[in-house]
Amino acid sequence: MTSEQPAIVDRQLRIETGHAETLAGYALIAPALVLIVVLFILPAGAVLAIAATDWHLGAKTLSFIGAANFASLLADPAFRAALFNTAAYVLMVVPSTLVLGLFLALLIESGKTLRAFYRAIHFLPFMTSLAAMAIVWEALLHPTIGLVNQLFAAVGLPTANWLRGESTVLPILAVIGTWQSLGLALVLFLAGLKAIPQDLYDAADIDGADGVLDRLRVVTLPSLAPVSLFVLIVVTLRAFATFDTVQILTRGGPDNASVMLLYALYRESFEYLRTGYGAAIAVIFLIIVITLAALQTRVVNSRPSHP
Amino acid sequence: MEQWFYNDNLGRGPDNEEILLAGVSIRGVSKSFGSANILNGISLDICDGEFLTLLGPSGCGKSTLLRIIAGLERQDCGTIEVAGNKVDHLRPKRRDVAMVFQSYALYPHLTVSENMALPLRMGRLSAWRRLPVIGALLPGARSVSAEIKTEVARTAKALGIDHLLARKPGQLSGGQRQRVAVGRAMVRHPAVFLMDEPLSNLDAKLRVQMRGEIKELHRRLGVTFIYVTHDQTEAMTMSDRIAVMLDGQLAQAASPQQIYASPADRRVAELIGAPKINLLEAAPRGEGLLAVAGSTLALDSKLDDGNSVTLGIRPESLQFAERAGLNTLTGRLRYVEHLGTDLFAHVDVPGSSEPLVARLPVEFASNLQSDQTVHLRVRREQALLFSADGRRLSESDGQFTQLRSCAG
Repeated sequence: MTSEQPAIVDRQLRIETGHAETLAGYALIAPALVLIVVLFILPAGAVLAIAATDWHLGAKTLSFIGAANFASLLADPAFRAALFNTAAYVLMVVPSTLVLGLFLALLIESGKTLRAFYRAIHFLPFMTSLAAMAIVWEALLHPTIGLVNQLFAAVGLPTANWLRGESTVLPILAVIGTWQSLGLALVLFLAGLKAIPQDLYDAADIDGADGVLDRLRVVTLPSLAPVSLFVLIVVTLRAFATFDTVQILTRGGPDNASVMLLYALYRESFEYLRTGYGAAIAVIFLIIVITLAALQTRVVNSRPSHP
Repeated sequence: MEQWFYNDNLGRGPDNEEILLAGVSIRGVSKSFGSANILNGISLDICDGEFLTLLGPSGCGKSTLLRIIAGLERQDCGTIEVAGNKVDHLRPKRRDVAMVFQSYALYPHLTVSENMALPLRMGRLSAWRRLPVIGALLPGARSVSAEIKTEVARTAKALGIDHLLARKPGQLSGGQRQRVAVGRAMVRHPAVFLMDEPLSNLDAKLRVQMRGEIKELHRRLGVTFIYVTHDQTEAMTMSDRIAVMLDGQLAQAASPQQIYASPADRRVAELIGAPKINLLEAAPRGEGLLAVAGSTLALDSKLDDGNSVTLGIRPESLQFAERAGLNTLTGRLRYVEHLGTDLFAHVDVPGSSEPLVARLPVEFASNLQSDQTVHLRVRREQALLFSADGRRLSESDGQFTQLRSCAG
């Protein structure tokens, strides 16, 4: 946005003031423009170009094969699994993060003491490196010596090899993903709760909406709607881009049961060195992310102003 | 009487009859937040149908008192009665009061008609019937909803906002939001309207207009209004009675005329009236004489010598005089402010750092030049005397009756 404004002003001035200002205008937007081109447009163009070839990383030759990569992607069971797993993962992580985050935020906000402490401990997972935390999770989930199984066994619940079971691995990754995003959602919800004017709750009291559920429905939830949409989109984007837990804990296994888009991309490009094929996955990933980002921009721009 | 009919629908008990009888009684209400005393034993009876204004500077506790009446805040001691019934244990919705907030507090995600319908829906529809979709299918919900819609439409029409019903608060101007807030309070036909500085977010022109509209609304509804403001003009123009609050205490409760002409306290006198009342230190000189600002005034009543007093003179209680004499103050004219109908002469008098302000007819404009010496006669019967501790030294009330008839 900021890079466009000088250009617009410049256009209006050009007729009267000649070329000096035109040049100055372009000079002013140049740094931003260069950054956008170098960091975004060129790589994206390169990925698009590579996706249309059969290039292998390090190979001296390549040939143009059009949309063949995309065609084989659709037929590839590993990629379909990645697409399906990612969607399932997002559908597990996002709702639970939102619901739990809001619930915890309401709990913390309604309490009088230790607010900062609760906020801090819930925000910690978001601040720490997930790679390091993944190792802790791995230890917790270890089939024999892990704390989880030992606890489950102690109270008579069935134990499992959580990270190696086809049916448990994705839900477990979703639990870890939720645990990690929860702090972010919580902090954003807390900020949203703080911004709700007390007058609205007072008005609700007087109007008879004074039960917990009525207050939620009449004041809290509608007032949090813009924040919730923002949280929704941020958490969704993060969930789509999950890579580190998969790489460290499961490597997509067992039998592709936990392979996700970003991990599939990495595996094709840097383990199997099928760069063209990996680039095709990157293009699909890019389309999903850009769609979400566009959605976010629309949501943020259409946010109603609060009187 | 039609309005009381709706109270039955709200499911109130058999004591409905009593709602007609009395207004609001505040008895010995105190409140402190931590170590800060906000209210100190306020007692006040408000008649049914009265327009009472709580007037005071910010921080005097007037809004807290209103919130206690509404039930949004709990008092430390004392009781509140609405229509003769103690309401201290009741939640706001059961107190038969409605409130208009300074910020209007409209629900931003609801349309005007949904905003206005909310108190009725909460009162008349069970939680199940209020559910979206399912609620509408439950027996009775539809007819009650239709009834609510009709009432909202009728109230909106009365307030001239019926064309705005489908809009959201964000799409309304300040004045329109104000009307919607009043409408949301009105639909319930409460026994008491509580208004917390409802006009302070409006521009000056709209404020004058809304002042008239609220006054007219009060006349039409005939129910009790308790109106909080720090604006003396609003208090003077709208109220049947003004309760002046200072530092958490009720300084005086009286009609606007009485508050102006016969303030109980020096601070009340200073609070009401623009420009402010002139206050001069004065010393009694026996025989009903008073030495003030280098001149001598004659009093009807006797004051003990030696006790210094403060003389309060309203700007309009000073008259232009040709020469010095008894009951005349002499000073040097600092400057003149023209107001069209009148002018304000700012005069430096001996013994006072603040200039004396006199409201004079415009005819004197040509006589007045800066730095000239002017003489101002004090209308003795309108002069107010305060003791050193700020208490008003009462003269015979007869004088003020006479004064008011003079002033028309």
